Amino acid sequence: MTSQPKQQTNSNAKVIGRLMLVVVGMFGFGFVMVPIYDIFCEVTGLNGKTSGKRLTEVLEVDTNREVVVEFVATLNEEMPWEFRPAVDKVTVNPGQPTRITYVAKNVTNKDIIGQAVPSVAPGKAATYFQKTECFCFTEQKLEAGEEKEMPVIFVVDPDLPDDVTQLALSYTFFIKPTEASKTASLAHN
Amino acid sequence: MSAVIEEHHDHHDHKPTGIGRWLFSTNHKDIGTMYLWFSFIMFFVGGSMALVIRAELFQPGLQLVEPEFFNQMTTLHGLIMVFGVIMPAFVGLANWMVPMMIGAPDMALPRMNNWSFWLLPGAFGLLIASLIMSLMGMGSAPNFGWTFYAPLSTKYGPASTDFFIFSVHMMGISSIMGAINIIATIMNMRAPGMTYMKMPIFVWTWFITAYLLIAVMPVLAGAVTMMLTDRNFGTSFFDAAGGGDPVMFQHIFWFFGHPEVYIMILPSFGIISEIVPTFARKKIFGYSSMVYATASIAFLSFIVWAHHMFTTGMPVAGELFFMYATMLIAIPTGVKVFNWVSTMWKGSMTFETPMLFAIAFIFLFTIGGFTGLMLCIAPADFQYHDTYFVVAHFHYVLVTGAAFGIMAGVYYWIPKWTGNMYDETLGKWHFWLTTISANVLFFPMHFVGLAGMPRRIPDYSIQFAEFNAMATVGAFVFGFTQLIFLYNVIKTARGRTGVKATDQVWEGSHGLEWTLPSPAPFHSFTTPPQVK
Repeated sequence: MTSQPKQQTNSNAKVIGRLMLVVVGMFGFGFVMVPIYDIFCEVTGLNGKTSGKRLTEVLEVDTNREVVVEFVATLNEEMPWEFRPAVDKVTVNPGQPTRITYVAKNVTNKDIIGQAVPSVAPGKAATYFQKTECFCFTEQKLEAGEEKEMPVIFVVDPDLPDDVTQLALSYTFFIKPTEASKTASLAHN
Repeated sequence: MSAVIEEHHDHHDHKPTGIGRWLFSTNHKDIGTMYLWFSFIMFFVGGSMALVIRAELFQPGLQLVEPEFFNQMTTLHGLIMVFGVIMPAFVGLANWMVPMMIGAPDMALPRMNNWSFWLLPGAFGLLIASLIMSLMGMGSAPNFGWTFYAPLSTKYGPASTDFFIFSVHMMGISSIMGAINIIATIMNMRAPGMTYMKMPIFVWTWFITAYLLIAVMPVLAGAVTMMLTDRNFGTSFFDAAGGGDPVMFQHIFWFFGHPEVYIMILPSFGIISEIVPTFARKKIFGYSSMVYATASIAFLSFIVWAHHMFTTGMPVAGELFFMYATMLIAIPTGVKVFNWVSTMWKGSMTFETPMLFAIAFIFLFTIGGFTGLMLCIAPADFQYHDTYFVVAHFHYVLVTGAAFGIMAGVYYWIPKWTGNMYDETLGKWHFWLTTISANVLFFPMHFVGLAGMPRRIPDYSIQFAEFNAMATVGAFVFGFTQLIFLYNVIKTARGRTGVKATDQVWEGSHGLEWTLPSPAPFHSFTTPPQVK
């Protein structure tokens, strides 16, 4: 090799430095996509993600309109509970708070903590589905053999697009990951 | 582009000897040779796996291998062909040709160059170790397809998935270092007078490819890191039970994956843009539009990734955006194809092997491009998704596209590397058998795909039998034809063809690399040439 002039070595170092910044930045970008994805889904209601927040204000009731809300219960394959809605569907007026219950039973002989994750279909209705009380806001613990009624109070926002006449609210109950594996900082909705 | 060179070749090339020459090499030509041989060996490894797949698919029903092993074959075939064949071959060609084309004595960062090569045998050793363990009855090799979608690869992945993850990490580091090296070389080591807009198109396409690599390989590294922590450290990036989302994996993967497919084709565009003017004995038509088209393709590659995910339940607005953005890519690609055709127009063409491969590339790659346009139409994609039509599409762009480009490049430059002409008769045999068998192999896949045959399945309905039998015959002819290529390369390297190459090698060639003696001396351009 011929000896390279000093100036060129410097400029190699500069090029490497800048490119390494891009590399590190793009590696970080891969991870930043995780919260971006969550926020994007929440804002647009994609994936049927509903807002994880409790509704506090009172909405005006639209008595001229009726919407059918159906209830679905699903268990993650590792979750050994029994889980079902008390009623299959209700007809509500938008703006009217409605209380329904789900029933969960721990059929095993040990205590289990679960977390329910809600989802609303069609996806574009998700952001108009508000909850004032939900068992999905917190973790639920069932002792061995315990059966529990789990209430949900929801309101369908009167701004719901006119072409939506029917909604499905689905909950999936997941077994809570063990303490040691709780390092993921992903928000539960 | 013309160059005046002060002829000062000291002909006492101090080549190191023995194994140390290769292990500790910092010479761009030796490292390029190692990359090319590595890629060639992997081509036969990955190709053998393809033959296992095609042999099983010769008839409906299960004959030769278990479905579990079939899945390992499709996974490893894809991974090896993408990361072990196409990408290293391009890096090898860049190592050999970029310094010679821009009048540089070597790559800018020779030691890093050595490291980026020697990571590869380690990476593929890990990957292939998982297959050897599988053959010895110790668990399964990766079996989730080359796209390794979660949760198939996280929750349900075999124990060897961790081998795969570290293997991908090492390949990623290797590619990133290779790309940094190429950018530094092109930015800092060009000969006096070699402005950016005078660089050969091959150098330009590699310059842009290197930026793509730097932008997306870290994202891939991030994706496999998330897999690693999901599998072993209790995170739930892709696990719905912990609040994660498996569909997010697909977004991250394809954010890497789509630019990756352009990483695997842009250097081939560069090679074709060198070969066509040489054998048409004309300058390339539309040099600057070639450069801008390449840059536009690179930019567009970042905003089309979700066209791989039309069936995941995207809103209509998303489907439309990704559909139209994907269609846009046809414009710069069309510019390139028309430029190549215009370069040939009224040229004094001859049809040596590199030119034959280049013309086949233009023709067959365009077919692959058109099926890509069909696939990008969202409503139609619901029918085509995950069928053999997709398999046909990406084999047209990767085999008769990327791989034909590499073969054309090897025939074009091997006289410069070895100082000997290759055997033209064998080259023509290789070309015709390869081209005919590739079409027998891949064309029927369009038909069975449109009729609904799913990909990645070891068994199929009886109505697909004839076309699958045809494809398998094509596959075996294609596979064994490559031995002619291997024989021709070895024969040329050993000087058994009996024809010495001149410095210019081809009558119509022009550019700095053809001003060097053949074979290119161990150290070239120790005094930079002056480009006017």
